[in-house]
Amino acid sequence: MIGPVIGNVISSPVFLKRISVAFAALMLLAAVLAVAASVGETAIPVGTVIDTIANHLWDAGHPVDAIDAGIVWNYRLSRAIVAASCGAALAVSGAVLQALLRNSLADPYLLGISAGASTGAVSIVILGLGAGMLSLSLGAFIGAVAAFAFVTLLALQARRGTGAIILAGIAGSQMFNALTSFIVTKSASAEQARGIMFWLLGNLSGVRWPDVWLALPVAIVGLVVCLWHARALDAFTFGRESAASLGVPVRRVYAILIAAAAMMTAVMVSIVGSIGFVGLVIPHAARFFVGTRHGLVLPLSALIGALFLVCADVISRVIVPGQVLPIGVITALVGAPAFALILCHGRILR
Amino acid sequence: MTLELRDIVWSAGFRKIIKNVSLRVEPGEFLGLIGPNGSGKTSLMSVLAGIRPPDQGHAMLAGQDMKKHGRRKLARQIGFVEQQADTTDRLTAREAVALGRTPYLSMLSPWSERDDAIVNRALGDVDMTHMADRFWHTLSGGEKQRVHIARALAQEPKFLLLDEPTNHLDIRHQLGLLELVRELPVTVVAALHDLNHAAMYCDRIAMMRDGELVGIGSPADILTSENLRDVFGVEATIEHGPNGECAVRYHAGMKKDRAA
Repeated sequence: MIGPVIGNVISSPVFLKRISVAFAALMLLAAVLAVAASVGETAIPVGTVIDTIANHLWDAGHPVDAIDAGIVWNYRLSRAIVAASCGAALAVSGAVLQALLRNSLADPYLLGISAGASTGAVSIVILGLGAGMLSLSLGAFIGAVAAFAFVTLLALQARRGTGAIILAGIAGSQMFNALTSFIVTKSASAEQARGIMFWLLGNLSGVRWPDVWLALPVAIVGLVVCLWHARALDAFTFGRESAASLGVPVRRVYAILIAAAAMMTAVMVSIVGSIGFVGLVIPHAARFFVGTRHGLVLPLSALIGALFLVCADVISRVIVPGQVLPIGVITALVGAPAFALILCHGRILR
Repeated sequence: MTLELRDIVWSAGFRKIIKNVSLRVEPGEFLGLIGPNGSGKTSLMSVLAGIRPPDQGHAMLAGQDMKKHGRRKLARQIGFVEQQADTTDRLTAREAVALGRTPYLSMLSPWSERDDAIVNRALGDVDMTHMADRFWHTLSGGEKQRVHIARALAQEPKFLLLDEPTNHLDIRHQLGLLELVRELPVTVVAALHDLNHAAMYCDRIAMMRDGELVGIGSPADILTSENLRDVFGVEATIEHGPNGECAVRYHAGMKKDRAA
């Protein structure tokens, strides 16, 4: 019974079209990743990048300079893939939260996650919690999860629906941010404070392959979970009650999707710090191109988010010679005007 | 198929909003629900729609407790148009109506031509075909309401539940909407504010006061001077026509003790 149904779905023209579009999108992403790996303080030709990747993936045996290969494979490529995963995950989280909470200003950090992560990070770095056993990332992750748990409990206690979640998020964020400031101002040296500041604005410098094997699966699984609920998200267009009357199990969908968004955000923040702007704005950009249906909005948000963050990372590496800027500075600096352009164009087009 | 409430109690916090209501919706009828503000009409509509599970008693669809049906199955039988459902999303009327197909769609049964046909028919039923591609925020209140009804119709329901569907509409659109709903081949339950509309369009009227169902029957049985005084606190004369139809004529100058 199921077999023929799947067969029909797979052979339908809509499905084939989607597969080819998805394939094209992945090719575009791969191309941008390759270019990102070639740009930097030492410019390496894209051909060398491709040869290096081929050598690593299927022992192609192309002759490549060992130092070039090392830069491409160990530093730039892993970094670019983490940037892509991170951009996709943050953008999808933002799109999901905006839909669920019916608030176009919702972003992944609304749930207190970045504030908690920063508290966790400074507890490790400045207070020396965990006595060197815990890494900064793990501390940030624990802090993020703790803050999310706090916000969730607060929201459940209030029991006032979407408004309660937003208010609980604000309360949680403020509290954990205050904790962070308290620790930094009380105990940090100037050097430490600067380092933390840098980390809070997003920092991909230390990223290596182990980070890829965490970020990439989390981004992919998160995207799949959210895509699976795309129609349920559409049903929230006119609010929770309306979604319920359309047959959506509201509480279950809320629990699954908020947990998915929180998980993705917590993992990304703990790897690269809290990069702003992506989760708030990319979903809106996606909606300008494909409308409001989440079957399209989610994958496009993921794609734009990934491309955007890879590019932002490249810019952060090259814009000031000899110095790497925090990526969060670039995302806002480049992203805000770009978004303004889309906004204005969108208004003219429609 | 029947829709039935048995001894329903529903509370918000510690306050009982619905107190022991039993009610049976007859197939094919237009049942009106009337009552003063705060008498529990909206809450009763949500219980009837299966959105709010009752604290006590049973909400039954087809002789079975709604809990056993599951959300999706309920949504295929009951279409519900809430009182105020708006959005800031940029979607078209057609996309809004297409949401009504949600309970039928899944990964293994994706959108098909049949769904397109049903959406088109629903748009036609509410006379909105020519505005199908207009954006939601460009529609007037009456047009939005008709799109909402089309969305509910796209669920292919046996029961259409409307919570004060004529709110914020001018008189022509109020009458037009009720006329339209009455012609639809579904059983309708509508919470109505205007008693004359209830008198004109309903087969039966259920009257609520303070969370209790205080009467159910034909418009002529329910809309009496005594009931309007007791339940709504207004003085009115009921005028009866030759074919059993009736109309409410309100008297100016409410009784002083009630107005306070």
